[in-house]
Amino acid sequence: MNDMIKMVVVLTVLSSVAGGVLAAVNKGTASQIEAQQLTFVKGPAIKAILAGSSIDPIVNRFKIADGETEQSFFVGKFDGKANTVAFEGFGKGFGGDIGVMVGVNIEDDKLVGAAVTVHTETPGLGAKAKDDPGLVSQFKGLSVTDPVGVTKDGGQITAISGATITSRAVCDAVVQAMNSYQKMKPQIQEEIQKVGK
Amino acid sequence: MPKTIVQEFTKGLWEELPPFRLVLGLCPVLGVTTSMENGLGMGIATTFVLFGSNFLVSMLRSIIPQKVRIACFIIIIAAFVTIVELLMQAYAYPLYLKLGVFIPLIVVNCIVLGRAEAFAYKNKVSYSIADGLGIGIGFTLSLGALGAVRELIGNGSVTVWGDVSYNLLTAFPSYQPFSFMVQAPGAFICLGLMLCVINAVGD
Repeated sequence: MNDMIKMVVVLTVLSSVAGGVLAAVNKGTASQIEAQQLTFVKGPAIKAILAGSSIDPIVNRFKIADGETEQSFFVGKFDGKANTVAFEGFGKGFGGDIGVMVGVNIEDDKLVGAAVTVHTETPGLGAKAKDDPGLVSQFKGLSVTDPVGVTKDGGQITAISGATITSRAVCDAVVQAMNSYQKMKPQIQEEIQKVGK
Repeated sequence: MPKTIVQEFTKGLWEELPPFRLVLGLCPVLGVTTSMENGLGMGIATTFVLFGSNFLVSMLRSIIPQKVRIACFIIIIAAFVTIVELLMQAYAYPLYLKLGVFIPLIVVNCIVLGRAEAFAYKNKVSYSIADGLGIGIGFTLSLGALGAVRELIGNGSVTVWGDVSYNLLTAFPSYQPFSFMVQAPGAFICLGLMLCVINAVGD
């Protein structure tokens, strides 16, 4: 009996201490990780989508609160008008969350491009979503109100062969991004005015 | 005869060199050694985890109950692996991207659990630290060596770390990179050949 209590106590204490330490490390590194992701992952994706922008989208960004989280928007300026925003949506992939950066022109509500940012998919299969532009290029020109899905589910996006789950997650991420765009459009227009000046 | 701390440390460098002498922990050995830099990065991460888990397991060995020791080891190891993962994301993001899923997989690396169970749980803290560091550094060097051979043959050049690199093609312009070596089957063949060499050199 005594042995039993000792086992429970040791395991409980050990788990709680480990949890506490990890929470502290997580908190301590969070801002640094965000900065690194911005440089190495989101940066190239944003630059690819907003290629040709006359201002640097990474510098000209703003945040809008969405419930408990905050969504970052990166602004691109074309032909003298700040009219395009890039922002990220997430979908559940085969190995974890997949982040997809989408660019939307706020004048006609059409997607100007999409790019995968973070993922933990299988190299050679799902990871092609990031390396192979074939999948994400299909989103270009869609309207934010269009339904999006892979052909297997009756949608218009041709999935990567052997990686249907990943392709579906990318579609989910785009849908999520488009939904939050529609929800936050008034705030986006308000914020983008400030950048445009 | 009881070994000294120095002997506990140096045994990991040759006698019990993890992938080649013990042939343990082969999943990362085969998976990440497509380049020398990846191999070294993975080795350093594993060394940190080995050091931390050996230290803590050894320190807590009198209060960890025998029956739940494996569960306790796993909690300790998993905590250190998560710390490594976060630190790598914060300070070495490109490396984190390349190693990907292999970092969380250190938790189930049998070298780490093996050292906790077979050594740290039974030995003093100082000896356990020496053992962890020795095995870890041996593992790092093995991964680095395997990565260097595969990268050199498969790619024609080796990036040691950062900007330090050697390009075989400048010395032998007619060399054709044998890309089979950086693919998965090449890992098995290269490991086999290196095992062969190391066994031939022997004790």
